Parts: sequence; structure tokens; C-alpha cells
Amino acid sequence: MTRSDKNSIPGGSAVTVRGLVKHYGGPQGTRALDGVDLDVREGTVLGVLGPNGAGKTTLVRVLSTLIQPDAGSAFVAGYDVLTQPRQLRRKIGLTGQYASVDEKLSGFENLYMIGRLLDLSRAGAKKRANDLLERFSLTDAAKRTAGTYSGGMRRRLDLAASMIGQPAVLYLDEPTTGLDPRTRNEVWTEVKRMVGEGVTVLLTTQYMEEAEQLASELTVIDRGRIIAEGGISELKAKVGGRTLRIRPADPLQLRTMAADLDASGLTGLATATVDAETGTVIVPVQSDEQLTAIVGHLAAAGFALADIATELPSLDEVFLSLTGQKASAPQDAPARELEEAAV
Amino acid sequence: MSTATLNKPESLDQPPLHAGEADGRIGLRANLRHTGALIRRNLLWIKKDPESMFDALLMPVVFTLLFVYVFGGSIGKAMGGGQDAYVQYVIPGMLAMMSMSIAQAVGTGFNEDFHKGIMDRFRSLPIGRGSVLFAKISVEIMRQLIAIAVLMLVAVLVGFDIESWPGLFAAVGLSVLFGSAVMWIFLVLGVTLKSPQSVQALGFLVMMPLQFGSSIFTPTQNMPGWLQNFTEYNPMSGLADAARGLMTTGHPVAHGLWVTLAWTVGLTVVMAPYAIYKFAKKS
Repeated sequence: MTRSDKNSIPGGSAVTVRGLVKHYGGPQGTRALDGVDLDVREGTVLGVLGPNGAGKTTLVRVLSTLIQPDAGSAFVAGYDVLTQPRQLRRKIGLTGQYASVDEKLSGFENLYMIGRLLDLSRAGAKKRANDLLERFSLTDAAKRTAGTYSGGMRRRLDLAASMIGQPAVLYLDEPTTGLDPRTRNEVWTEVKRMVGEGVTVLLTTQYMEEAEQLASELTVIDRGRIIAEGGISELKAKVGGRTLRIRPADPLQLRTMAADLDASGLTGLATATVDAETGTVIVPVQSDEQLTAIVGHLAAAGFALADIATELPSLDEVFLSLTGQKASAPQDAPARELEEAAV
Repeated sequence: MSTATLNKPESLDQPPLHAGEADGRIGLRANLRHTGALIRRNLLWIKKDPESMFDALLMPVVFTLLFVYVFGGSIGKAMGGGQDAYVQYVIPGMLAMMSMSIAQAVGTGFNEDFHKGIMDRFRSLPIGRGSVLFAKISVEIMRQLIAIAVLMLVAVLVGFDIESWPGLFAAVGLSVLFGSAVMWIFLVLGVTLKSPQSVQALGFLVMMPLQFGSSIFTPTQNMPGWLQNFTEYNPMSGLADAARGLMTTGHPVAHGLWVTLAWTVGLTVVMAPYAIYKFAKKS
């Protein structure tokens, strides 16, 4: 079903942020957001990637009208966060890093309550709650208190709650922080499905894998500033080329091939390394010309090649080279950003 | 623009009852509906956790029995009667005390909500910010009425003589009115302070002097002069005196009534907008 919306241009920007500043503890205090610009195009997923304390949660809180920025502007679905918060709230759905459902109520009671708060009739709220419970595979647990749900069920209930108002823009603030890998996959599947249905999503995450899985475009944020943005492959390319893996037909030629490449001078400042485990020689390459020259040289030198592959660097490497610090790994991520927001 | 489509499109055939004005303002009926949905939430809490009613159900019983049987004989004698005279004196005071003791709970419960994500969800929904507060107050008023009903039951059992039924209802109304005004203070504390424990501790520190530095439990004429000055304008004295005058004979009503009403209006006018403001601005 489509809903005409005079406040947004099809294919335009669903979220527009310009020069957003938010500091805590006075003008001299921490700058949680230090001049952030970003756009989320309608129907796409923008991943906002950054370590703990980067300002991701603050950004989501400003965009959902929970806090006011100190400077700059932000528009969501055509509405100004500062002057039109009431209209804006009709357009958004919010899923926080801590599941924002009432743990004392059952799954059904939670969804029914939110339906009523979103001005559905009693019958309408009941039907919508049941439909969403079914859709998010929670029907069997509908009558159980949400406090007894597993982590994954709670996130799914949270997602369902965000969907009751049929939001045009959905904020997912670290939707899988603290979940085990299997449950994380469950949540990703649901998010992909919602995106497939045309919702615009602003996703914050500190997991490289999550951004790769869900987002089409990426903004990397650190200490309240945007340090890189673009498509995922674009970003990776920006950070210094690809890795070329060459597998000789004869595994015994691994070392001679690596030595030959080093001697040829085609590897530039880098050196060819032998990866005995996979039976390949690894060479970092900066350009298509270099790649072509290497392959040409090996053919001319008489090596029989079984396989050639190029790989983009992982987002971990991207992040390291952009910020100079290692991004946090999924397993040690007790996200503390809420505290930063509450100071 | 295309928006989220569910796998069951027919569920979308229910338009919102009231989609809101073009400027997003929320009308009175929508506000009442939102408050109703939130009241239902708070009632479900009580249903699932009946122990949360212990204070409303047991406090009136424990306090009445303690004061009537421990202090009743001595104070009653000093008043020129006996335990019976004290029962007639202290029960209207208890009525005044109930409103404030129950009111305190609103702050702790409210504060707990902020430690869960649910408050963020409420504040990101297109509902009036006040409806969350009004729902809490409505449920606490119900709890006050239950506590008062229990109190009156125990009162009659220990020999209290309701001399004026209209007076009783007027006193209950006044007590609930003042109690709801006091709730705004505790809502402000609930929004401002960091933990439910500090809300409770501070609430206790505020309540004790107000309850005991008053005419609730004993006549004030034997207190030192400076304390009498305090009790004279202490709203708890005012409420206790007014309730006494309304329910029993031989006590003046007017002064206590005016003190109580002045405090009720003053607190509501100052604290209600402040609580809503603090709630809306809370980050």
C-alpha cells in the first residue's frame, strides 16, 4: 500500500542533517556531535558506523526528537526536528539498543498499547498487534510477559513495536548489540525484509559485518565527526586498493613465484607473501594497470596459474586506516553510549 | 511515497481514528485515548504484581492499629477523654496522611520507567507529553481511594464514629485533591533524580517532618511556639484539621480548608507545568 506524502519528494532525501552539534556539560563540555552532515535517500539503508562514544546514539536521539541539538538543522520526512517535532513523530519508528518494550506487559499487550497510542481503534490495534506478532514469529509467546523473552525475541518485539505506525523512516540504534550470532542473523533477516518493503532505515552499528549485511551506504563517525562516507565498496577502495591472490597450478612453485615477483619490481613498495595454507601468493595492488602487469609478467615467465582472485580489504581494516584505532569487536561490546547520552 | 507494507495488507485497512491536525497538535479526545491506554498499562502492572498494592492495603491498617493502641490511651487521656476520644481525633488525620504517603510512590515508579527504554518510545510517539504523567496520577488516585476505603473500614472496626457522611465524602475529595497536587512534586523528583532509591529517600525526608510536624497525630497546643508556627501553615495540618472538622463535630473547618486549598492550587500551578517541562526536556 502506498501513502501519498506531500512532504517528501520520491527518490529524494528522507533524512537531511546539516552541521548538527550537540554537546553535554556546557559549550566547553564533550562534543557528542561536532558538525555532522548526512543524507539518507528514500528507501535506502544508511549505516552509521563508529566505536562506542562516537555520537551514534546522540544522533538518533536528536533525529527522534528526544533531545534538541545545540546547532545545525535536521529534517526527517520533510519535517524539522526543532520546529515540527509533533508531525515528525508520526513518521518515525525507533528501536533502541536496549529493547524499549514494557517488560511487565505481554507481547500482545505491548503492541496493543502502542497501537492505541498511535490512534488505532480498539479492533484495529488488536488486529495489528496480532498481525505483527505473527509476522515476527511471536504468536506463540504473545501472552507471555516480555520480561521472560529471550534477547532475540525482545528485539523482534521491539522491531514489531516500531512498525505499528507504518513509519516512513526507521531508526535502528545498534539493533544487535549484545546478541549472539544466531540471534543476530534472525534480526538481520527481519530488517532486510522491512527494507525490501520500502522503509528508509538509519542504522547505527559498531559491527563491520552488520553494516556490510544491511547498509547500502555508509557514514563512518568518530568523536562526533564524520570521517568517511560513501558506498561500502567505494570506501574500501578509498583505503588502499585490493589484495591479489594467485594460485600456481603447481604448489611447489609458490616460493619461486613469490621471489620472481619481488625481483620483477612489479610489487612496488610491498612484497609478495606466501600463504601456504591456501596455496596462494598474496600481493597488494593499487591499480588495474599494476594487476595487468603482474599477470602478464607471470604468463611471460612461464608460470601455470590455477586461479587469480582480488579481494577488497575488510571493514575492520578500513576503520583502522581511517581512525588510527581498531574498531570494537562484536564480542566485547557492552555498549555504553547511553551513558554518554544521559550525562 | 511507499511505506512499510505488511504481508497482510488487509490489516492496513484500518485508518487511524484521528490522524492528527495538520500542525500535529493532539486534540482532547486523542489525549484522553492516549491517557486511557497508559492507565491500562499501569493497571496491568498492578494485576500482574499484586504486591505493589501492599502499601495501599496494609499501611492504613498498620498505622491505625499502632497509633490507636500504642498512643491512643495516653494522648486520649491528655485530651480529656480516652482511647475513644483519640480514635475520633486521629482517623481524620490518617485520612490526610494517606494521600501523601501514596502520592510518594508515583515518583519511584516513574523514575524506574526512565531506566528502561520504554520512556524513549513514549517520547518518540506522537502523543501529548502530559498523557504519560496524567495516566500515572490517575492510577495513583485510584490507589489513594483504595487506601482510604481500607482506612475507613479499619476505623469503624476500632470504634470510629462517622458523624457526618457528606463530611466524610468532602474530606476524601479534599484529601485526593491535595494528594494529586503533591504527586507533581514527586513526579519532578522522579524525572530529576538518578535512581528510584534516591527518589524514595528524599521523599521520605520531606514527608516525615510534614507528617509529624502537624496536627495529624496529636493536638499542637503543647508544641513549642516555633513549631506551632510551622504546623499552622503546614498543609498536612490544614488537611487533617479540615478533615476533622468535616467528619466530626467540634472542630473548625475554615482555616484548614483554606490552607489546604491554597497549597493545592499553588503546588499544581507551579509544579504541574514544571514536571511536564522537565519530562519533555529530559535527555
